[in-house]
Amino acid sequence: MRKLSYILCALGIAVLFCVPAVTEVADMSYYLDFTTRVVIFAMAAVSLDLILGYGGMVSFGHAAFLGVGGYAVGILSYYGITDGFIHFGVAILASALVALFIGMLSVRTIGVYFIMITLAFSQMLYYLAISVNTYGGDDGLSVRGASVFAGVVDLADRDQLYYASLAILLGMLLICYRLIGSRFGMVLRGIKSDERRMIAIGYSPFRYKLLAFVISGVMCGIAGALLANQTLFISPAIMHWSRSGEIMVMAILGGISTLFGSVIGAGLYLGLEETLSRFTPHWQVLLGPLLVVVVLFARNGVLSLIVPRRAKTRHG
Amino acid sequence: MLELAGVQAGYGEVQVLYDVSLKVGQGQVVTLLGRNGMGKTTTVSTIMGILPAMAGTISFDGASIARQSPFRVARCGIGLVPEGRQVFPNLTVRENLHVAGRKARPGASPWDIEKVLELLPALRPKLPIMGRLLSGGEQQMLAIGRALMTNPRLLILDEATEGLAPIIRAEIWRCITKIKSTGQSILVIDKNVKALMAIADRHYFIEKGRIVHDCSSEALREDRSLQQRYLGV
Repeated sequence: MRKLSYILCALGIAVLFCVPAVTEVADMSYYLDFTTRVVIFAMAAVSLDLILGYGGMVSFGHAAFLGVGGYAVGILSYYGITDGFIHFGVAILASALVALFIGMLSVRTIGVYFIMITLAFSQMLYYLAISVNTYGGDDGLSVRGASVFAGVVDLADRDQLYYASLAILLGMLLICYRLIGSRFGMVLRGIKSDERRMIAIGYSPFRYKLLAFVISGVMCGIAGALLANQTLFISPAIMHWSRSGEIMVMAILGGISTLFGSVIGAGLYLGLEETLSRFTPHWQVLLGPLLVVVVLFARNGVLSLIVPRRAKTRHG
Repeated sequence: MLELAGVQAGYGEVQVLYDVSLKVGQGQVVTLLGRNGMGKTTTVSTIMGILPAMAGTISFDGASIARQSPFRVARCGIGLVPEGRQVFPNLTVRENLHVAGRKARPGASPWDIEKVLELLPALRPKLPIMGRLLSGGEQQMLAIGRALMTNPRLLILDEATEGLAPIIRAEIWRCITKIKSTGQSILVIDKNVKALMAIADRHYFIEKGRIVHDCSSEALREDRSLQQRYLGV
């Protein structure tokens, strides 16, 4: 089973690496943009899966970090700064600080209280973005220049943006995979199953949950910075609660506590959006029943249909 | 090592412990005996800092732990095997043991996974298996192993044999006897007086939140009326 997972993973990565070449040959550059979008949202979904699937933290405000990362790029380029290291450095720092602040107030709570606090902070940032007219307010802000890394990597180039996004996504998956298997990951999973038991063996759940929340926020912030580079536009809509819901649907659709499932979930969600919206603007009406089917018949997400999980040794 | 003096505690407005005083010395095995609902588990929760002590003192190695948060109490060197096993169901057996691992104090013989598996060989083939898939007896052994991995100076076993088959109980008592032979201090809460008399140095009887009697195993063996009076057996 593990061999099958590795083969499918390698196959998936190979296919993703070929996307720019295939779309170039087939003259379907639109699909390169679409795949880039999938890769970026996969990062957001993976970041959510890290805390939702392994830490039991149901964050309903993860889109806030997309916005923080996106606005970091947008605001810096507004002042003529296009250095990629500064863009991403500020995006990482800003999303880490915001996650630290939100996390310090929220990770002490559980269940519906955690959901409400993360949702409240996300909406506060949403309305903050609307109220700051200097940076476009409700109309949003055009990103005047994409990130350029030492004159070598220019994210204005679609191929470079795609490969940079893919490399970052693979890096994130690898880091998360190692993290979950580490002692930190064991503590996090233990906390998910029962905080009090973890306390009884000498751990403070607060510290571990907070660190996981900050790591997750940073990952989502990086996704936001890449999204701003792709669309060259950033608006408060990116932080709306419905966007947080979409990220959660992606993670659940693919299969929580799987990491790789989030990538499939992002592809499936955005693919369905792309396909169904051609038939009706109310495409979510069709998505709803599909979600119900997935929850009823594939409780561990779509990934479990492709690679059945081993009950005896699976994490989560 | 552990000393409780005049401890009072409860759940919110409801007071459960009125006067609990007991001592566990270095290398001693001490039991806390009593009928259901007399305050045994509440005493454990109060020692671990899960419930705040309303009055009295709790000291461990001479330092007060009465106002410490539960995870700090655990870090002081008190390992708890809680009532109802409570292993981590979503971690493998190896991870359950590994996550609890902590350095032993200088000079002490440390517990590591290999040493725990020597004590509890039934866990060895189960190492890659998720905690939730173990039988009740295996879960109890894992809970004991996990507590030992914290390299505790005091091990507290709360109803460690509750609800287990007689053959598994015998295995658990064999383990506890082996642990005792390493010089480990142990506080045991259990109803199996016969097994406890064989391994314990001192017994405390709790009734309606008060320690009403304490005696050695010899005294308990000689005076059968004590069991009748305080335990109803």
